[in-house]
Amino acid sequence: MRSRSRILTTQFRLRRNELGDITAGAQPRLRPMYRLQWEEAQQAWVLLYPEGMVRLNTPAAEILKRCNGTTKVGMLVADLEQTFSATGLQSDVDEFLSEAARRGWIEFAD
Amino acid sequence: MAGSNSPIETSRAGPPLWLLAELTYRCPLHCVYCSNPLDFAKVEDELSTEDWKRVFREARALGAVQLGFSGGEPMVRDDLAELVGEAHGLGFYTNLITSGVGLNEERIRGLKAAGLDHIQVSFQDSTKEVNDFLSSTRTFDLKLKVAHLVKAYGYPMVLNVVLSRLNIDHVDKIIEMALALEADFLELANTQYYGWAYLNRDHLLPSRAQIENAERVVNAYRARLGGRVKMFFVVPDYYADRPKACMNGWGSVFLSIAPDGLALPCQAARMLPGLTFPNVREASVREIWYDSPAFNAYRGESWMREPCRSCPERGRDFGGCRCQAYMLTGEAANADPVCALSPEHAHVTDAVERAQAAAVTAVRPLVFRERANSVIALSS
Repeated sequence: MRSRSRILTTQFRLRRNELGDITAGAQPRLRPMYRLQWEEAQQAWVLLYPEGMVRLNTPAAEILKRCNGTTKVGMLVADLEQTFSATGLQSDVDEFLSEAARRGWIEFAD
Repeated sequence: MAGSNSPIETSRAGPPLWLLAELTYRCPLHCVYCSNPLDFAKVEDELSTEDWKRVFREARALGAVQLGFSGGEPMVRDDLAELVGEAHGLGFYTNLITSGVGLNEERIRGLKAAGLDHIQVSFQDSTKEVNDFLSSTRTFDLKLKVAHLVKAYGYPMVLNVVLSRLNIDHVDKIIEMALALEADFLELANTQYYGWAYLNRDHLLPSRAQIENAERVVNAYRARLGGRVKMFFVVPDYYADRPKACMNGWGSVFLSIAPDGLALPCQAARMLPGLTFPNVREASVREIWYDSPAFNAYRGESWMREPCRSCPERGRDFGGCRCQAYMLTGEAANADPVCALSPEHAHVTDAVERAQAAAVTAVRPLVFRERANSVIALSS
């Protein structure tokens, strides 16, 4: 009878947008009401919050796993590039973090 | 059942991601729009602590991840913190959905220690007068106290206010109240007409002007506040021309367990005739979710009739709400008559037409959700 619209089962995708710059020294962390968790049944990382869920794709999950409030964005990018033998991830990470901040998933430690 | 040459596929069910535990139908409030069944008084045999724990384990093993503790008023269960602890240990995100009554500081602390993730507190209005009238209690001041405590203990807080003709004009004051209480989310939940709300529909359904005004106010606050308080405001389905995607589809993500163990695809489904709903006392959650005839009855699309059956939008709204189709047309498999394409849409437009009048002309006075009225509902 209620439409539980806050169960979002669509994947979050990285997309281009023009949001504020994120400095390499910023230290992102999940806001306290959010919980990142591996779900065996869905074979996916999910972000849980009051009465809601977002199913994450792999890049989104890999970035959010590293948002611990102490790792700086520069280090986070370096870690991802090393782990996945990739280069040039900076702009993708910045865009994702901007979007995650806009959605209220993360905040930045001062 | 549709033949095997049906052009419409039955989709395979995913896991029940959302588990709603209606721990009890007991409640100190008497809200006129209560979603509990009219005959709630006949449900007396509540599940035990151990029963609930088993249900949580079985549902979690299937992939359930959100767990709502609801009712009635879940605080009347003395084992609530124990149940929250079990659910938290299993990895659920745990939500308490409460009127606030019974939630004192000691219990808030105990629930925090047990791992409760979030508290949703309901208000009936931003004014003491209307809050206390609609719930037929003196609870407004208590709710304010509870909301402060919820924030003081660091919980994310959703304020839930059910909107109707009787309070929707206060929406600006309700938003101001949510801001003052530092709510993280505000759910401006337009009444849905089931249970007691259906009985009281002529008193509760707002006029179009009221809804348009409320929407304007909400949008103005959204523009001003940015992301400070997330506000949910969904236009009531009686004023839409397409039905809501009720429960995201029957047996799709949502599993509700009633106080007596009855397993339901939504809290209202108990009213539907011709279905035997399974009980967690007699079957496992896996059997109930995947194999029971009741959970498969309206799953997928093979049960649909016209105009849904050939409708290009059937995958978006799933034909709307089965309970609403049953209540208004007498057949659960019909299109939800909220849909302008339903041949029985007039059931909705007639009610909406009546709601435009300045004065309510209801066939009966407002009925409060009370045990005595539940018994009357039973015998009538």
